[in-house]
Amino acid sequence: MFEVGLGHYLTLGAIIFTIGLIGIFLNRKNVIVLLMSIELILLAVNINLVSFSIFINDLSGQVFTLFILTVAAAEAAIGLAIIVVYFRNAGTIRVEEIEKLKG
Amino acid sequence: MIAHAVFFYLFSFIAIVSAIMVTVARNTVHSVFFLILDFISISCLFIMIGAEFLGMIMLIVYVGAVAVLFLFVVMMLNVAQQKNEWFSSAKSSSHIPIGLLISLVIFFELIIVVGGWKYKPDLLSSSSITISDTTTNTHSLGNVLYTDYIHLFQISGMILLVAMIGAIVLTFRTRPGLKRQSYIRQISREKGEGVEVIDVPNNKGVKIDV
Repeated sequence: MFEVGLGHYLTLGAIIFTIGLIGIFLNRKNVIVLLMSIELILLAVNINLVSFSIFINDLSGQVFTLFILTVAAAEAAIGLAIIVVYFRNAGTIRVEEIEKLKG
Repeated sequence: MIAHAVFFYLFSFIAIVSAIMVTVARNTVHSVFFLILDFISISCLFIMIGAEFLGMIMLIVYVGAVAVLFLFVVMMLNVAQQKNEWFSSAKSSSHIPIGLLISLVIFFELIIVVGGWKYKPDLLSSSSITISDTTTNTHSLGNVLYTDYIHLFQISGMILLVAMIGAIVLTFRTRPGLKRQSYIRQISREKGEGVEVIDVPNNKGVKIDV
């Protein structure tokens, strides 16, 4: 109980991953909350990588966390730019009303 | 060790609650605030576990840049008052049970993997990049990042450059009727187009606008 090991961190990562996944599946609001759920999922992946890196005593996991951080920042910038352009053209970013692709 | 466990449970509880609040908050601005709280508590966990450089970078990049970008876009698009309607419309609520089911199945799969996972330390310690106790975390990360991973490091820099240019190109628009300063036209002006010498006749005016 009071010995925090690798399993605790992996469980925390799994819980946050699932919360992000539920946020993507059940989102009825706007696309910005969906992007935030993707950020949560990337955060869970970062938790897993860092905890493995610490507990296995290997530094590569932290380096890859750094790269994931870079890609997440780039993805957030591009996604928000696309959302701004879509809002300027269509006037809404609600998930239900985005039906240009008829998906 | 007990203090470590107490802080771990405190920070992870805050992180989980704020992650839930990100997805269920009715106001989008509140979602962004809870996202910031989530990032801060996870970076506290990183610092506590011994990866202090990544914790600080997480604070700088996520809280300082990404969350502020989210907040800026939310306030610019004026969608903050859009209410969260999870179960209101009958058309959309049909896929909520299957979404919940799939999420729970994935969660239990992850838990099973965590619980049943065993590793042999002698198999995994073959990597040469080990964490040493004598150098700091930042120092050893820098030693690895600028030598072994230099190509990946530069490629990630290129990814950031492409993202920046892409965001500018996507959101840039030229408005019609906007008078801009054109350096090329200003510099390449000749004397003949700007100045004209007119002979003014006596007792007669001169019409300038030809």
